[in-house]
Amino acid sequence: MAPLSFATQVVQVLAGALLLISFAMLAERRSRRLLILLVWQGVVLVTSTVLVATSAHLTHLYYSAALTLLLKVCLLPWILFRLMRKLGIERDNEPLVNVPTLMLVGLGLVIFAFGLAQPVTALATTVLRHTLGIALAVILLSFLMILARRKAFTQVIGFLSLENGLFFAATSTTYGMPMVVELGMALDLLVAVFIFGIFFFHIREQFDSLDLDQLESLKED
Amino acid sequence: MEILLVLGCPLLGAALLAIVGAKRHAAEVSVAVSLATLLAAAALVTRVIRHGPMTAWDEEFFIDPFNVFLVALTALVGFTTAVFSRPYMRIEANQGRLTPGRLRLYHSMYQLFMAAMLLALTTNNMGFMWVAMEMATLSTVLLVSLYRTRASIEAAWKYFILCGVGIALALFGTALLYTAAEDLLGGEGMGALLWTHLDAVKGQLEPRVMGMAFVFLLVGYGTKVGLAPLHNWLPDAHAEGPTPVSAVLSGLLLNVALYAVIRCKILTDGALHSHLPGHMLMGFGLLSTVLASFFLWRQRDIKRLFAYSSIEHMGIITFAFGMGGPIANFAALLHMTMHSLTKSAIFFAAGHATQLSGTQRMDKIRGLLAIHPSVGWGLMLGGLAILGMPPFGVFTSEYLILTTAMRDHPWATPILLIALAVAFGAIFSRLQPMVYGDTDAQPLPHSPALVPVFIHLGIVLMMGLYIPPALAEWYRLAARLIGG
Repeated sequence: MAPLSFATQVVQVLAGALLLISFAMLAERRSRRLLILLVWQGVVLVTSTVLVATSAHLTHLYYSAALTLLLKVCLLPWILFRLMRKLGIERDNEPLVNVPTLMLVGLGLVIFAFGLAQPVTALATTVLRHTLGIALAVILLSFLMILARRKAFTQVIGFLSLENGLFFAATSTTYGMPMVVELGMALDLLVAVFIFGIFFFHIREQFDSLDLDQLESLKED
Repeated sequence: MEILLVLGCPLLGAALLAIVGAKRHAAEVSVAVSLATLLAAAALVTRVIRHGPMTAWDEEFFIDPFNVFLVALTALVGFTTAVFSRPYMRIEANQGRLTPGRLRLYHSMYQLFMAAMLLALTTNNMGFMWVAMEMATLSTVLLVSLYRTRASIEAAWKYFILCGVGIALALFGTALLYTAAEDLLGGEGMGALLWTHLDAVKGQLEPRVMGMAFVFLLVGYGTKVGLAPLHNWLPDAHAEGPTPVSAVLSGLLLNVALYAVIRCKILTDGALHSHLPGHMLMGFGLLSTVLASFFLWRQRDIKRLFAYSSIEHMGIITFAFGMGGPIANFAALLHMTMHSLTKSAIFFAAGHATQLSGTQRMDKIRGLLAIHPSVGWGLMLGGLAILGMPPFGVFTSEYLILTTAMRDHPWATPILLIALAVAFGAIFSRLQPMVYGDTDAQPLPHSPALVPVFIHLGIVLMMGLYIPPALAEWYRLAARLIGG
């Protein structure tokens, strides 16, 4: 195996950071800190995309990095911060039970993700192919977060972290999707966050809190 | 050109209704827009019949016998639902459940939803297909929670999160598909995501990557089809949203999502040279059918009952596509059409029945024939049709599916038969007391729109007795295309 270039090594370190952030999110209770973690995830994503773009000389990746910077580091967190302040949930504490179990399940998911990525990793030709396992792990950890958390706000953060994982997966296997498709996805994501925002207000109006534990009336009888 | 019209009409309509949607004649505008869409779709159909499959706009759009029939069906049901929702939503507004602002949201999002589905059907680009499917989810989420009750907000949240997660998996599947195709078709251009290009080289796509891509695409789009075990959102969204939305979700969105799955299956079949994708479809299909038919017994809400029946029928269709081959595919396409028409007709009738009785609880709905015979007959005939009674068209397609299963996969036949029998018992035993018996309910303030119900049921009846040769030929072409 040829020695890795400096840029590639940095990207791999960043991939590791991405995974760490996902684990930190899993255990974080405060809404505000969760959002900051999400911003960090976006920053790492942008940096790694730019590095890949320079080392592989791909102009379209610069555009997609710029799009990510604009959307995931600036616009979406700004919207979410404003929502948080309006709803007054900045200091909300979410009781988390069984953090150790959650971590262990997370570890299991990471191993599973690496196993799953093996056949694709063997075939992809990009410099980043070894990080596909990490990307999949981020996706699965975000799932776990959506499943394990009972606050609407946290679930949305999980959803966005899932999107970040998907973006990373697309960059590591194929140097990103075609630009037009990426624009479409960005638009969808933006609309989704707006709708989430509308929902927060509806949920709070009807239930007086953003606790999804109260959303339990629609059970099979 | 026709494609532009088919997509442009609902899109412009959505923009127009976002402005005038709160006015008195918004419903008529919506009907007119849907009619224009239907006419454009008819023009598209004529063109494809005359000149065969076509691509447009640098091959970004693509029409073949498989999707053109779904475009026609979508435009037709979209139009009849708009006709139905005119009096229905007026009654809802009179009963004070909706404000003008929410009616505007309803009309505008309804047209946007139609545009998203038509885009998903006509696009040749797998990436755009994903974007359009997500757009279809986003445009309906706020419709499900239109009444702003606790239950409807909960249903919409569930729908949003579950389908959002599902569609994210489909995106990963699409990225893998792109990986598999990049080397063959070149990465920089858009060629590697165009379905027609992929189809041309499907034999050379890397099988392991394609296999994995298909798993993600199946689970992802399958969530939207309502395949078990990811069907949880479906009954809630159908029961809590306004009835016209339930009708289009059940009659159209599930079909479009299944269409996406089948397009991916065609590619994977070519790459894998094995029956693995088919077997997966059969497995998910059977599981959904059996699970849904037993859940039918536990339902008390009329719209939940028919939502579970939708899961059951989507399961049957998925199973048939899984078996593959010209006859099973033909039957699956026919069943898709029949289910779509019948189920939307049932939701129309059930919606008016709910308005008559003021509740969705089936034990409180009584004596529909006495108070409003056409609602009662609509519900009864629709129910019989969906249960697969001859001479309705659902019988024809189910019979074809069962006989093919008997020939190719005999082990599956008893499972299917038991599920069908259980579903029959569950639905028929609920239907009878609702239609017959005495009631003290009051007649509706506006006359209901039951013409769409009987148009749909009329087509279903006709297809059961006689499928026009031109239409049969069309199904055959599409069935051959799907192969398997």
